[in-house]
Amino acid sequence: MNIHIPTPLRAYTGGLETVSIPGATVSAVFQQLTVSYPDLKPHLFTPEGKLRSFVNVYLNDDDIRYLDSKEESVVKESDELTIIPSIAGGTNCCR
Amino acid sequence: MLRIHYAEYEALRAHGEETYPNECCGVLLGKSVAGEGNHVREIVRAGNTRTDSAHNRYHIAPQELVKIQRQARTLGLDIVGFYHSHPDHPAQWSQTDFAEAHWLGCSYIITSVEQGKAAVTNSFLLSGTGEDDKKFEDEAVQIDIASNVAEPAAHNQKGQE
Repeated sequence: MNIHIPTPLRAYTGGLETVSIPGATVSAVFQQLTVSYPDLKPHLFTPEGKLRSFVNVYLNDDDIRYLDSKEESVVKESDELTIIPSIAGGTNCCR
Repeated sequence: MLRIHYAEYEALRAHGEETYPNECCGVLLGKSVAGEGNHVREIVRAGNTRTDSAHNRYHIAPQELVKIQRQARTLGLDIVGFYHSHPDHPAQWSQTDFAEAHWLGCSYIITSVEQGKAAVTNSFLLSGTGEDDKKFEDEAVQIDIASNVAEPAAHNQKGQE
């Protein structure tokens, strides 16, 4: 299945915006992704192996955190995964 | 250096005026050019989901970001940065901005909006290799007055506060 890589992480996929990775579930695809592109791993996962809090993963149009099976959701070859870091901020304590 | 066309530059400043006294936010689409920096081709307005504290916080829904990234892909562009406004606050990054910044290599534009009028616009490049060594660097902004101008005007508003 295709995984879309956000701009900051393409340095670890040889500049590729989209990579094709096989797997039966979201977690299996991610496991293979970090085998194929090992430098991605610390940017996606904590040392304890949990997805970093600011990294959002969408299976097609759905946040995997809200899927019934979460990262164990079954995927099809035609599905797409999108990795999208969060964006937020605001005032109230300027340097 | 960040390059942006005058029309997009004015549009993101106008967005800040429209949402005043709340913060506006949006996405910069373009290309990162090696040795030069991020070149903005289009800006995309985004909704601020922080309706609980929109006067001093912004957050773009990840699902909206996914759609904008798809839009960029269709256009052959990349997400090269973001913009937001600081209502009645300096155009400088805050600790909140820094803590919530995760797009390394991207430009973060901030416009101060004073009493409803866009004032200073600054850009900051998020540099580093990861969360441990990331930092915001002041980034000059070059505004292209016209798309076919060979030598666009250089413009950096830092220090105008």
